[in-house]
Amino acid sequence: MAKVRGAVVIDKEKCKGCGLCVDACKFQVLQLSQNVNLKGYTPAFMANAENCTGCTNCATICPDAVITVYRVKENN
Amino acid sequence: MELEDIIKDENIVFKKTKLLNDKPLSYCPGCGHGTVHRILMETIEELGIDEETIGIAPVGCAVMAYEFMEIDMQEAAHGRAPALATGIKRVYPNKYVFTYQGDGDLAAIGTAETMHCCNRGENILIIFINNGIYGMTGGQMAPTTLEGAKTSTSPYGRDVSTMGYPIRITELIAQLPAVRYVTRQSVHTPAAVRKAKAAIRKAFEYQSEGKQGTCFIEFLSNCNSGWKMTPAQANKWMEENTFKYYVPGDIKDNFKLLKNPIIE
Ligand SMILES: Cc1ncc(C[n+]2csc(CCOP(=O)(O)OP(=O)(O)O)c2C)c(N)n1
Ligand code: SF4
Ligand code: SF4
Ligand code: SF4
Ligand SMILES: [Mg+2]
Repeated sequence: MAKVRGAVVIDKEKCKGCGLCVDACKFQVLQLSQNVNLKGYTPAFMANAENCTGCTNCATICPDAVITVYRVKENN
Repeated sequence: MELEDIIKDENIVFKKTKLLNDKPLSYCPGCGHGTVHRILMETIEELGIDEETIGIAPVGCAVMAYEFMEIDMQEAAHGRAPALATGIKRVYPNKYVFTYQGDGDLAAIGTAETMHCCNRGENILIIFINNGIYGMTGGQMAPTTLEGAKTSTSPYGRDVSTMGYPIRITELIAQLPAVRYVTRQSVHTPAAVRKAKAAIRKAFEYQSEGKQGTCFIEFLSNCNSGWKMTPAQANKWMEENTFKYYVPGDIKDNFKLLKNPIIE
């Protein structure tokens, strides 16, 4: 059966660490980093990348438009 | 399947619209202004009207909107965006014209310009960002601030006996016969953002018909800094409190009032 796999790329230096994407993801893919970026914000990153479906919810809520979303159908 | 196999250009399903440039937005983390900027520019890109659109920036936190939006824009004096938009639309009737205004800009200092622009039915789109506060100047009470809400100029909470009631200017505007489309949206969840974007699209489609009739979209938006909450708390607070007084949904469509707009 084809399974949908997704991934996101977050522009670490432009992310403001607001956390809205973390809450918007139903699959607990995202977390805020323990480390700060050059602006002093703790950027979001994929902590559980294997759970991402590419649903785009995180990018839809991101006020700073720093998330790019990818999606593929995996055949096995 | 490895991440490298997924993260390829041909698999992109969402990326930043080209109508927002690469400058970091000047807004606080989690501020709804950024989200509205994004869906507005996404819609203009999807409709392919970026060369035909002129936006008017306000005074308020969005005062530098023209720095981020890659379309023609002009800056208005505080509250005067609808007057400027009127002039631009009358000189260029075939352009798409929108204003982008906060609640201080639109519902306080610019009330007259807003009302009369709508009363004339100028064929423009008014984007109204209601965050219930003067964000830019440090969190003062706005006409829209909810009863009891604490701000820097209502430190004991808004007392309606001396400060008046929070104004539902959107419902008032819906009463004007020359106004075509009025809706109240929000950008606090992905589902709400998608709905709000569809409303923007509808307003531009109405404008393309070239008829008289102003379109007016209110966006309930957080000012998490002014409300002194985290972005997530602010969005939740808005849903639990603001939505009771400023009820989301369509109020008027194609000149027809959809619900009794003055509630209570
Ligand atoms: C003529 C004039 N009066 C007052 C001000 C000060 N001022 C700047 S922004 C603002 C209020 C902005 O609030 P709002 O429109 O709600 O925008 P927000 O920052 O909340 O998005 C005021 C009173 C000004 N710039 N010009
Ligand atoms: S695309 Fe969907 S599943 Fe993937 S991180 Fe974003 S919200 Fe989560
Ligand atoms: S929503 Fe955007 S800015 Fe906020 S933490 Fe997520 S990626 Fe960063
Ligand atoms: S002060 Fe409020 S409205 Fe202004 S950018 Fe910050 S959160 Fe947004
Ligand atoms: Mg405001």
